[in-house]
Amino acid sequence: MRVSMEWLGEYVKPGMEAADLGEKLTRSGIAVENVLCRDAGLDQIIVGHIDAIEKHPEADRLWVCTVNTGERQYTVVTGAQNVRQGHKVPVALPGAKLPNGTEIGEAAFRGIKSSGMLCSAEELALEEKTISPEDREGILILDKDAQVGQPIAQALGLDVPILELELTPNRADCLAVINVAREVSAITGQPLQLPDVKVVEKGKGRTEEQVKVTIEDSDLCGRYAARLFTNLRPGPSPFWMQRRLQAAGMRPINNIVDITNYVMLEMNHPLHAFDYHTVKDGHIVVRRARAGEKLVTLDGQERELNSENLVIADPEKAIALAGVMGGLDTEITEKTTTILLEAAHFYPASVRRTARQVGLRSEASQRFEKGVNIDTVKLAMDRAAELVAQLGVADVVPGYVDNYLRPMEPTKVPFRASRINALLGTTIHPEQMEDIFQRLQFPVQWEEVAEGEQGGAGIVVAPTYRPDIQGEHDLAEEVARLYGYDRIPTTLPQGKTTVGQRTWPQTVREKIIDTLVGSGFREVVTFSFINPRHLDRLVIPTDDHLRQVIPVQNPLSEEQGILRPTIIPGLLEVAARNASRRIPDLAIFELGGTFLPKALPLKELPDEAWKVSALVMGAAPVHWSGKPQPYDFYFLKGIIEKLLTALKIEGVTWSRETELSYLHPGRSARLQIVQDGMVFDLGYMGEVHPDVREAYDLVARPVVMELDLSALTLLARAKGDYRPLHRFPSTDRDMAMVLPIDVPVGQVEAVIAEVGGDLLERWRLFDVYQGNQISAGFRSLAYTLRYQAPNRTLTDEEVNHAHESIKKALIERLGAQFR
Amino acid sequence: MREQLERIRLQAADELQGVEGTEALQDWRVRYLGKKGELTQILRGMGAVPAEERPAMGALVNEVRAAIEFMLEEKSRQLKEKEKQARLASESIDITLPGQVALVGSKHPLTLVIDEIKQIFLGMGYEIAEGPEVETDYYNFEALNLPQDHPARDMQDSFYITPDILLRTHTSPVQIRAMERIRPQLPVKVICPGRVFRRDDDATHSPMFHQVEGLVVDKSITFGDLRGTLLTFARQMFGPEREIRLRPSFFPFTEPSAEVDISCGCGGSGCRVCKGTGWLEILGSGMVHPNVLKYGGYDPQEVTGFAFGMGVERIAMLKYGIDDMRLLYENDMRFLSQF
Repeated sequence: MRVSMEWLGEYVKPGMEAADLGEKLTRSGIAVENVLCRDAGLDQIIVGHIDAIEKHPEADRLWVCTVNTGERQYTVVTGAQNVRQGHKVPVALPGAKLPNGTEIGEAAFRGIKSSGMLCSAEELALEEKTISPEDREGILILDKDAQVGQPIAQALGLDVPILELELTPNRADCLAVINVAREVSAITGQPLQLPDVKVVEKGKGRTEEQVKVTIEDSDLCGRYAARLFTNLRPGPSPFWMQRRLQAAGMRPINNIVDITNYVMLEMNHPLHAFDYHTVKDGHIVVRRARAGEKLVTLDGQERELNSENLVIADPEKAIALAGVMGGLDTEITEKTTTILLEAAHFYPASVRRTARQVGLRSEASQRFEKGVNIDTVKLAMDRAAELVAQLGVADVVPGYVDNYLRPMEPTKVPFRASRINALLGTTIHPEQMEDIFQRLQFPVQWEEVAEGEQGGAGIVVAPTYRPDIQGEHDLAEEVARLYGYDRIPTTLPQGKTTVGQRTWPQTVREKIIDTLVGSGFREVVTFSFINPRHLDRLVIPTDDHLRQVIPVQNPLSEEQGILRPTIIPGLLEVAARNASRRIPDLAIFELGGTFLPKALPLKELPDEAWKVSALVMGAAPVHWSGKPQPYDFYFLKGIIEKLLTALKIEGVTWSRETELSYLHPGRSARLQIVQDGMVFDLGYMGEVHPDVREAYDLVARPVVMELDLSALTLLARAKGDYRPLHRFPSTDRDMAMVLPIDVPVGQVEAVIAEVGGDLLERWRLFDVYQGNQISAGFRSLAYTLRYQAPNRTLTDEEVNHAHESIKKALIERLGAQFR
Repeated sequence: MREQLERIRLQAADELQGVEGTEALQDWRVRYLGKKGELTQILRGMGAVPAEERPAMGALVNEVRAAIEFMLEEKSRQLKEKEKQARLASESIDITLPGQVALVGSKHPLTLVIDEIKQIFLGMGYEIAEGPEVETDYYNFEALNLPQDHPARDMQDSFYITPDILLRTHTSPVQIRAMERIRPQLPVKVICPGRVFRRDDDATHSPMFHQVEGLVVDKSITFGDLRGTLLTFARQMFGPEREIRLRPSFFPFTEPSAEVDISCGCGGSGCRVCKGTGWLEILGSGMVHPNVLKYGGYDPQEVTGFAFGMGVERIAMLKYGIDDMRLLYENDMRFLSQF
């Protein structure tokens, strides 16, 4: 919403500069985004009169003008073709600097010296939308009455600052200039002078006899008023009205359209003018459209309507989309002699739905959507009639029709001053509150002060233009904003002391993040929605349960197509992006939700399973002293083991993962814990399948993991079990065995653990060898075993016996060979 | 003999001057103290010394021997020290070569900011509440005083899953969920960080971003308490010299409502960040609307409350001077490694 200071000044004199007023308005709740000045760069551009004009002797397309500025004559050469003798035009004098930065001096055009330049609308930086297409061509021809020698900014009303308001939805009332004036009056204390509407009617006959209004669907239209204007005399509207419309960002069209727009801006009431003679029987019917009913709107488009749409109709057909756009058939044309002016109120949501449906968001529809005041429909209509008569646009037929079905009752809002102070934390005296309400023109009735009631109570009658005032809390805001938010004391909540602490799941999450960050991983944040094509890239079979994803109904693009069932594709995308930027080595993780529907389509909220997912690729940074640590399966497995240790989770079994299409079948694992006969699934890890790698354009071999946070949270322990330190010496023995490659180390260690029993304190695999000295299909494993007892020093015999038992078991059960 | 001993002592001292290295020292020792050494030769000649002179002469021999041994010890110590120095010198390394690579990870800047906000409010006795990213219309709109057709729903174009289920457009639904969980106990003091989603995607909007919501409900919570709480937060987050400024605004779920500006680090001298105004808009806030308290299960005649919400991206950008929001989601390692 744009309000020119000049227009505002008609109703209230703020007594301060636009910038100061803007600041004051902003601080009291009507945000002024900007104070627009349109006269920058217009110094030394003045109104000139074309005393004479002749063709340039040397150039076909140039004209030599003798321009009179009142004080003297200038010779100015122009290439524009629309200038005639007697025109008044903007002339930039030598020394002027145009808004676009061009400096104007004296220059010779084919031997003729030009002092200055005639300007076009564009060169004056006039807003295109406020200028008619004809005025955008060539030199801007000024009004006949323009005053020669006057600075152009003044002549075009560009020297008036404009307040650009950013209105919140509760203050749609300030879409009316008069309501902005009310606000200015309230905050400055300056008196308010609103238009005193007096309609001068003329002629015989009455509107009521010629116009009939039937509201069929009163749920969507609460009021419909109409007036007739005859003997229409079309022409331009007066200069002052055009300037105000332009300041508001609108383009002047002609006197009757301008008047309807003017009243719309002044009072926030969109009005519509029909050609009376095209409305059958002068009978207006307000009703829902019939299914399949068609209407050609002003823009020439035929629109198919449905019963959601409210239309204005005559007894035969729809003639306008109520509040959105008029129909072509009833449009004002040069043949129009009589106008039927509509002033009405339409249900905002209905206007919004219709406007969206037909893809039309006109100035009028936007105002109806935000809410216009039903109570002042007639006032707005009369204001237009007043202007029509005053400006001689037409004769106002006596009388009017006003179908106001359920007149609005102003809202009475009871309040207690004590309660307002309690909410604000202030000690504002009731008299001060009364002063604030008076400045807002809110009538107050104070209750007799009852005993024990501190500071009084009363009832405020909220004006109909302020439908946002509904309860005591709304009055508290009015008091607070006019009292000044900055004057409210700064305190802290009193009351019970509370302990701020993290929940266990939050604690576990932070521990996981800290562990991963401490292990060299970088946290990434990817979107909760993904492109559905990721499922194809992950080569997930079409019947797989991972294809049961939740689609977003109205994504902006495919990128928000589905809610992610796993974080892995997000990580792969990050890896691919970095790889393409020549960052081939990375270790990343993300902690966040994945979304699994209980049933599709969604009947209830889906499970949001939080996961911690990681991806490693390439190798750790190279050091000059040796080979870099590769980011491979075993690196990530080590990280998972570290994570489990940090969370004090023990007893995880690693088994081959074979279900997931996007993992290398030979290089992936599933993590589970069996506890009290229950199997807890912790998640999986593994190298990414070569096909998937290719789909993401990755050369290196990424390894990923995805662990389930709720399982980790359930199994994690805050503290471990303390075990006293062993006091008796331990004995270390090594063993090296050769085994077929397909015997997993897990089996070897299971045998070691079982047979070693209590005496075996721990074991370490310190070498795995495959190669020259070993037959193909075999490998050598070397272990250090530590034997120890809690209550005695073990004898050599005991250790030897235990060690040999383990060897024997390995030979017998797994076919191990010892040398 | 006396002269002979004196000569040996002087000669030994003299020769020792020229000794370099342990081997030469060994030769020297053998020459003077060894079985065939000069001193031993002298001792062998003791038989020729008259008996009465023997004790004195013996003492003299011992004295000379002690002196030579002392010289030996001293020289040996010197040589060892020299050798140690030489060894140390030879072991010198280039201390400017890079150290072993310790893997360095990092939290995402958004997490860092959320952590910091959490820490401030945990210190003030708040708990951290959570809610789902996929929400019902009821929690996201209706219970927040945004009934169907409310014009303010326009402010938040939403991603819908079904007509009744959508991606939450703000963290405010957690207000209702927190009240439902805690009622009828008092106070309610929670913050809720999380992801939110709106149908916007341009240079300054991301379809997914982060908010932190705050809610306090208790008997006699005031607008002044809101001010004080936000001032405390702003100073802990941005520095003790900061001020805040509240401007009246509108949110359907609060009344009165306020936009909150924090004074810019430039001190009002005007900079690019605050566009010369000296103030930065950082959050929205207000007193909880009575209807919202009712939806949460509290009686607005009995309790009052305040709520606030802030955009994490904006705070991260202000705090770290990040100039393009999209960097936060590109996850370029060169970007992430700076935090």
